[in-house]
Amino acid sequence: MDVELRGITKRFGPVVANDGINLQIRAGEVLGLLGENGAGKSTMMNILSGLYAPDTGDILINGKKVVFEDPGDGIAAGIGMVHQHFMLVPVFTVAENVILGVEPTGRFDYLDLKTARKQVRDINDRYGLEVDPDALIETLPVGIQQRVEILKVLFRSADVIILDEPTAVLTPQEVEDFFDIVRSLRDAGKAIVFITHKLHEILEISDRISVLRHGRITGEGDPAKLTTETLAEMMVGRPVSFTVDKSPPHPGRPMLSVSDLCLFDAHDDFALDHVNFEVHSGEVVGIAGVQGNGQTELVETITGLTRPASGMIRFDDENVTRASVRDRHRMGMAHIPEDRLRSGMISNFTVAENMVLNSYYAPAYSKGPEIDWPKVQATAAQYCVDFDVRTPSVFLPAGNLSGGNQQKMVVARELERETKLVVASQPTRGLDVGSIEYIHERLIAARDEGDGVLIVSSELDEIMGLSDRILVMFEGRIVAEFDTTKGPIDRNAVGLAMAGASS
Amino acid sequence: MISSQTQSTQSGTTLDSGKARQARITGAILLALACLVLFVFGMDASGDATFRLSRPTDPWAVPNLVVPAGPFNYIAGAILAFLGVRQFLQGGVRWTSLSLGLGLAILVMAFLVWATAGKAFSLTGMLQATMVRAVPIALGGLAGVLCERVAVVNIAIEGMLLAGAFTGALIGSLLGGWGGLAAAVVVGGAFGFILAALVVTYRMDQIIAGVVINLFVLGLTSYVSSQVFSEYRHLNNAPVFRAFKIPLLGDIPVIGPMLFKQNLFVYGALILVAISTYYLFFTRNGLRARAVGEHPEAADTLGINVYRTRYIHVTLGGMVAGFGGAWFTLGSVGRFDENMTGGRGFIGLAAMIFGRWHPVGALAAALVFGFADSLQQKLALLRTPIPSEFLAMSPYIATIIVVAGFIGKAQPPAADGKPYVKE
Amino acid sequence: MSKTLNDKIDAAAETLLNRTSRGREDFETLVVVPIFAVIVALILGALIMLATNVDLATIGKSYVALAHGSVGSLSAISETLTAAIPLVLAGLGLALGFRAGLFNIGAEGQLLLGGMAAVVAGFMLDGLPWVVHLPIALLAGALVGALYASIAGWLKAATGAHEVISTIMLNLISFRLLDYFLRQPFIQKEGRADPISKSVPDSAELPRLLDWIDPNLRVHAGLFLMLAAVAFVYWILFRSKIGFAFRASGENLHAARYAGMHSSFIIIAAMATAGALAGLAGASQVLGVLDRATPGFSAGIGFDAIAVALMGRSHPLGVLLAGLLFGALEAGGRQMQVDAGVSIDLISIIQALIIVFIAAPLLVKAIFPWGFRSDSQAKGGAK
Ligand SMILES: Nc1ncnc2c1ncn2[C@@H]1O[C@H](COP(=O)(O)OP(=O)(O)O)[C@@H](O)[C@H]1O
Ligand SMILES: [Mg+2]
Repeated sequence: MDVELRGITKRFGPVVANDGINLQIRAGEVLGLLGENGAGKSTMMNILSGLYAPDTGDILINGKKVVFEDPGDGIAAGIGMVHQHFMLVPVFTVAENVILGVEPTGRFDYLDLKTARKQVRDINDRYGLEVDPDALIETLPVGIQQRVEILKVLFRSADVIILDEPTAVLTPQEVEDFFDIVRSLRDAGKAIVFITHKLHEILEISDRISVLRHGRITGEGDPAKLTTETLAEMMVGRPVSFTVDKSPPHPGRPMLSVSDLCLFDAHDDFALDHVNFEVHSGEVVGIAGVQGNGQTELVETITGLTRPASGMIRFDDENVTRASVRDRHRMGMAHIPEDRLRSGMISNFTVAENMVLNSYYAPAYSKGPEIDWPKVQATAAQYCVDFDVRTPSVFLPAGNLSGGNQQKMVVARELERETKLVVASQPTRGLDVGSIEYIHERLIAARDEGDGVLIVSSELDEIMGLSDRILVMFEGRIVAEFDTTKGPIDRNAVGLAMAGASS
Repeated sequence: MISSQTQSTQSGTTLDSGKARQARITGAILLALACLVLFVFGMDASGDATFRLSRPTDPWAVPNLVVPAGPFNYIAGAILAFLGVRQFLQGGVRWTSLSLGLGLAILVMAFLVWATAGKAFSLTGMLQATMVRAVPIALGGLAGVLCERVAVVNIAIEGMLLAGAFTGALIGSLLGGWGGLAAAVVVGGAFGFILAALVVTYRMDQIIAGVVINLFVLGLTSYVSSQVFSEYRHLNNAPVFRAFKIPLLGDIPVIGPMLFKQNLFVYGALILVAISTYYLFFTRNGLRARAVGEHPEAADTLGINVYRTRYIHVTLGGMVAGFGGAWFTLGSVGRFDENMTGGRGFIGLAAMIFGRWHPVGALAAALVFGFADSLQQKLALLRTPIPSEFLAMSPYIATIIVVAGFIGKAQPPAADGKPYVKE
Repeated sequence: MSKTLNDKIDAAAETLLNRTSRGREDFETLVVVPIFAVIVALILGALIMLATNVDLATIGKSYVALAHGSVGSLSAISETLTAAIPLVLAGLGLALGFRAGLFNIGAEGQLLLGGMAAVVAGFMLDGLPWVVHLPIALLAGALVGALYASIAGWLKAATGAHEVISTIMLNLISFRLLDYFLRQPFIQKEGRADPISKSVPDSAELPRLLDWIDPNLRVHAGLFLMLAAVAFVYWILFRSKIGFAFRASGENLHAARYAGMHSSFIIIAAMATAGALAGLAGASQVLGVLDRATPGFSAGIGFDAIAVALMGRSHPLGVLLAGLLFGALEAGGRQMQVDAGVSIDLISIIQALIIVFIAAPLLVKAIFPWGFRSDSQAKGGAK
């Protein structure tokens, strides 16, 4: 089945997410769609799958124009999409998730789960997916959840399969396995759209590449004739290197030391299982791992949001195991939270208010029980200038800023003061390349000024680029440690550790 | 690879898991209850407590249950103390919720025995009343389940009950009981539809929308009853659905009168609970509805219309609440009074929470509230030293205890209360 | 890394200090929507009267009476203000709670028990000079209101119990408690069998302001209390540190926690403040108007205050205006009942309708598309 997009345009308020896009998708071919965060890749594919309606433009299937009212129409036309954020109901089983929307039923609308399970097993066998149809989604690791998403698409016998940044949550080895699945689907005659912002992946898997920037197609070509440099330039609009310039570290005294830290999750299993490590001043320690292996809990425990069940946290030679978030902050611990919209900022508050979210009480910003607003606003304005936060005014609600500027605002708030330890969780998730580079520079600058820096990221490239030392977390434990200052380290070795292979 | 750290197991500190703490709290509560039962109910009780299990007219007479009050309560206190101590020991951790539930049941028994000491009390009558009083709460809770399963919080159940009660009385007076019942269901459904429109289409805050519907219905029904009913009394005089006995089943001692010698509303509530359980958990549309409540984006990407699903279920919830509201008039007195639902809708919501968003759970929880409600009525007859005002508070206090989750905590549907904004 | 905070800022930073104006949008939400809301509610109110067999002449007469009874004379204005005082006080408390993310429905109960406490403090401390006695009685009301509200706050902070249900239950409990108290010998008026409390002595009463013109003008010194409370709540919310924490928790509890704010403390403090204001409303009602406590003396003020807080968009000045409007409806409604024989319950319907339209601006825009800028960004509802 061949699909063509013609002149697709889509606006969200003032943002033009797609601007006159033309694209061809062919059966038996993997089309690689490259573009940095915010380029409009997901929007375009959401339009193709029927979730969004385009403002203008047409979708043609085998040369015939079609109009999708809702995703049901897209599914009926043979288009299946695996979304960037998984669309699985956590409390349902695999089988229930797979059949949702196209359920086999008996009399009285009775849900025929027995047939469903059998059908799921059949597809499982055909494509070698190996997923237990009766497992609850919430108990499955993300790698398996992704297979469930693919099962869903196959169950609906889709001919066009859209994979939106499918590798973001996988370890390097899982990526290889995943590519095998993609190739076998292509060889079975499916048309595949593979979306990513990672250059080496797109070169490896694609038969044809289209590059998207600011909602427009800025380049197309044959992977054999393209290099990462040319692709990067098409994607960002200027030459970029994707390496972080940094000098060798000068580690000093231990700034953070965590010993025997344990924490339980809701099911009374170990979320953190006897974690031990240190972060010294003047070094960047990166924590690698597939998301959901205890990184979030570790950061929350270090920053004081969660009390550990046992163990000790020392910060700058003081025992802070029972200290409050505010106390730790006051002592010089900076925290860049993993989800800025949920926990890093308040969208309806102004930029100025957000800038003092965790220091409004300090004498510098207050007079007795009152907040000194003029002082806060002036300081916030200065911070915006210092950290390249692009906003017309500090009185603008922070929700109106772009993602990159919001994150720079959070970084400014955390770093523009006396700090000793920076805990940064997914500091660049979802940002454009310019903001990523800027934030990386700032983190390295903090290190060079003598801070300890702890970075948690599920992007292995980010961890490898920034860290002086890498710790790998798996199932709540630190399972491996790598020193990047003593020569290049093996990506595959880190990947194996992330997958829990013990060494 | 330079080094690899393995977990160290020589940690000296004790691990403090959430469950262990909960077990300790439960233990403390149980011990406190034990003291209460021993030193208040036990020491103060003298004579025998007589519980009547059947009425003289029943075909199979069951002898009265006679309990020596003092000894019974000493034993009850001892059991409570045992359960409490057990919580502090290692083994108790596994049965925490069960122990607490058992402990509360024992507490209620001890209380009853203490209050009845030296007197007689019709247990069957009370169980029958429990069932009757549980009906509006169960139906309110069921309405809540239907709405919250598709992630719409329905604070307006109180108003829908009131609207059902009012419509039942008004239309019932004009067209008779069945007409009134049908109208009550329709009006309840209409308010459900309005709530859906406000929160789904007009994205009003769900709690505000619910509160406003309550204020509106209260205002409207009070207005009409003072403006119209006071003048035209015949408009507020509806026939009442009487209890009828189901042959054979109704003759079973104790259970019979409770379940099978009731009016239409009791049977209706039981049937609705059964149907909705089947619907929600065993059918295609039930699966889709739950998906909308747990993860509306996912449902949407699979071609399930989130907005329509919410409209349908909130309207259905309103219809159930309308039926439950008719109980107040067509099922008991036939006459509408201002604000006669008296917070039952909110208690229904608590029943839904206690019942873990499951129809059967909501019914079971409603029975607990119905029990508290009928208990306070019957106890007034036993002339306990507790002032009647405090007895009347017991259902409300029970509700607070339930929503505070002192008795276990369950997860609401993941998207509960959140509007779904497409694009 | 060390940074020195400079009081001097760059010229580039100066330019960020200009305030952005959202004029048109603010005008629409703050002025156009409420006006439409009131008009539509009055029209629907008329339709409801029509449906209940009230003829057109009477409907006209009732709306004339409504206007006359609320602003048509000095005594009407005095009645409007008198009705507005407790509505604004309790509404301020609710607004503060809403800002902190707490949907407190419990003003009615807090108000009842606060009023009860003020009455008790009133007659028990008989003989004190009024400069001491009145403040003590008011304080007693505020304190008891705060304590009662803190129960719901504590339950939420400690167990996560939703405040909507717990405050509603506390309301129901408070009705029974009041019944109980009013039968206690040391509270019940001597020689009475019905539940009614002793009277408040003059030294604890809020003095009437205009009785030198006409002894029937009931507006009392609670008016100043109300204005002071408006200023106080404004200060708390927008100037003070604790208010910043209230608003932050209300907007985004997660972010507030991540920023080191103590959510349990904030919840309890916000509930207590809200309860204190509701208790004060009850106190001002018994000390200024009623002179004693009787069952249900709150007369639904605590519920109307929810509408006041919503209509005032949880802003102190908005609450003041909304309270005056609802006070006017209340006073006018009584006149309406007398002149046209239309039940005052109609006013509750109109109030509820006003709130529907205020809380769902999309609905108003759907009804009156021409009242709003046509290229409005907001998309209207579902497909
Ligand atoms: N539902 C939405 N509402 C408003 N803006 C959106 C929405 N979805 C995407 N956008 C905006 O459209 C642009 C493109 O987003 P997206 O398609 O997700 O990019 P990509 O997938 O390439 O990272 C971004 O600026 C994003 O903020
Ligand atoms: Mg995307």
